[in-house]
Amino acid sequence: MSEIFDLEKYITDQLKDCSINTSISNNNLFLKCNKRDLINVINFLKNDKKTSFSQLIDITAVDHINNDKRFEVIYILLSIEFNYRIIIKIFISEDESVPSISDIYKSSNWYERECYDLFGIIFTNHPDLRRIMMDYNFVGHPLRKDFPLTGHTEVRYDDLQKKVIYETVKLDQDYRNFDFTSPWEGFKDNLNEMKKIQKADNDKK
Amino acid sequence: MIKNNEQTTTINFGPQHPAAHGVLRLIVELNGEVVERADPHIGLLHRGTEKLIEYKTYLQAIPYFDRLDYVSPMCQEHAFALATEQLLKIKIPERAKYIRVIFAEITRILNHLLNIPAYAADIGAVTPFLWCFEEREKLLEFHEAVSGARFHAAYFRPGGVHQDMPDGLEDKIHDYMEKFPKFIDDLETLLTENRILRQRSVDIGILSIEEAKLWGCTGPILRASGLAWDLRRSQPYDAYDQVEFDVPIGTKGDCYDRYLIRIEEMRQSALIVNQCLSKIKKGDVMVNDNKISPPKRSQMKKSMEALIHHFKLFTEGYRVEPGETYCAVEAPKGEFGVYLVSDGSSKPYRCKLRAPGFAHLQALDFLSKGHLMADIPAILGSLDIVFGEIDR
Repeated sequence: MSEIFDLEKYITDQLKDCSINTSISNNNLFLKCNKRDLINVINFLKNDKKTSFSQLIDITAVDHINNDKRFEVIYILLSIEFNYRIIIKIFISEDESVPSISDIYKSSNWYERECYDLFGIIFTNHPDLRRIMMDYNFVGHPLRKDFPLTGHTEVRYDDLQKKVIYETVKLDQDYRNFDFTSPWEGFKDNLNEMKKIQKADNDKK
Repeated sequence: MIKNNEQTTTINFGPQHPAAHGVLRLIVELNGEVVERADPHIGLLHRGTEKLIEYKTYLQAIPYFDRLDYVSPMCQEHAFALATEQLLKIKIPERAKYIRVIFAEITRILNHLLNIPAYAADIGAVTPFLWCFEEREKLLEFHEAVSGARFHAAYFRPGGVHQDMPDGLEDKIHDYMEKFPKFIDDLETLLTENRILRQRSVDIGILSIEEAKLWGCTGPILRASGLAWDLRRSQPYDAYDQVEFDVPIGTKGDCYDRYLIRIEEMRQSALIVNQCLSKIKKGDVMVNDNKISPPKRSQMKKSMEALIHHFKLFTEGYRVEPGETYCAVEAPKGEFGVYLVSDGSSKPYRCKLRAPGFAHLQALDFLSKGHLMADIPAILGSLDIVFGEIDR
């Protein structure tokens, strides 16, 4: 565990010029940085002899639909030499693009394509930014929170036209997403919070 | 350049081709019979698992993991269970850890028992398929004994495992694992020195360590290139720090090395299972926390509180503290990771699944460049492609 703190300190010392923000939670080292520093930070982490994050494990995104900076783009790196992991995060708004890192890690090609396909995040300078998961003529980006779970179109084989046709989804009943929020305490901290609230109520009385 | 274009032929391989290992569509540009470019078109099996998980409670999300890489279901549940446990900040009982390791290794053997004959079948051998499927059937009985299902087990759950092993199963698994190395010896007589297999796989699809790292390769592919990297060893989870095993590595990184690594990994898995069986002790298999693990049926008959807990756990589910984590396990195909984001509700806010096959398939273009068209099935087979996890 101490190694991860040493790594955090080393990285913050070395990357003073870039505005970065590190934190450790759940045994993971997180690094938040600006979009324009991204290439520098990743280049440093990959090439520095004391970090040498030689492998890009994954690129993904999280859609925080209510925030101004809507998308959180996440890069998970692995240093095989020193057995470290680091998770880099950048925050972008809906109309911003992210520089591609396909020059640095070859594996980022498909990861970025997937991110583009499912979230609609544009990666600039990407060699081949096509859809990868969804259908060739698909419209929309399904992992966005405002994309409905049921989707917009469905396909079926039409016996009269003798071909597969696309239709808008028809549901006999709207998709029901039950909200189970209740005062039932799910985990311990919640229990303490409940007690605090009760105590505050009692104090008022 | 124009002349070059005239020479190349573009052909379509798949998506319905027996050697495509599922629904891979490959656009191959050939110069004569030599591959110049291979462009995999994936997504034909995309089911939107990540989206679906966002609408399910943590417990309901488990069965989706069985359906990712459907030949090694339990290892994927393992990653999700570990990630959820990390966010819940709970420690699971010792016995559950051992059971998980035992079944993760049985799953690894199951996976390799499918990949090796499928690979052999791609390059011309039929018998191993029949032999290995017989063994798989015996191993799947162990899956069935603990979970009731042969494949879609939903056995590893956040907090431990669903139920304890039935009486006598430990002995059965032990007996099987004692005999299993003999089976691998027999299998090897069919394949390892086989001239056709060697001609089709030695020096085909060579991947150096540096390239393997850059392409994000993990698991047997990375080890075949010569790098001793195994998450069970370097970042041990559950009871993997309690067992001893060897990490086999290759020398060349070609298809033949990848085959040999899988053979050796099966032997090591059998050893790990037997070590676990000798160390495992009686005890709980699920955390003793009413807010996470459902009550026993007998309790529900007597206790009102148990009934309420049961009802709440299977409707609302447990809430998970806000936070995010990345947890990875050494799945049979490589590093399978779960990036889990919780917003404090009883459903994951985002659950990204890192599938090893996704990165491996991406390297196919690089691996097949300059080889013959007939080598593509060999390379595909050696990469251990399963579309359930790639397309998610």
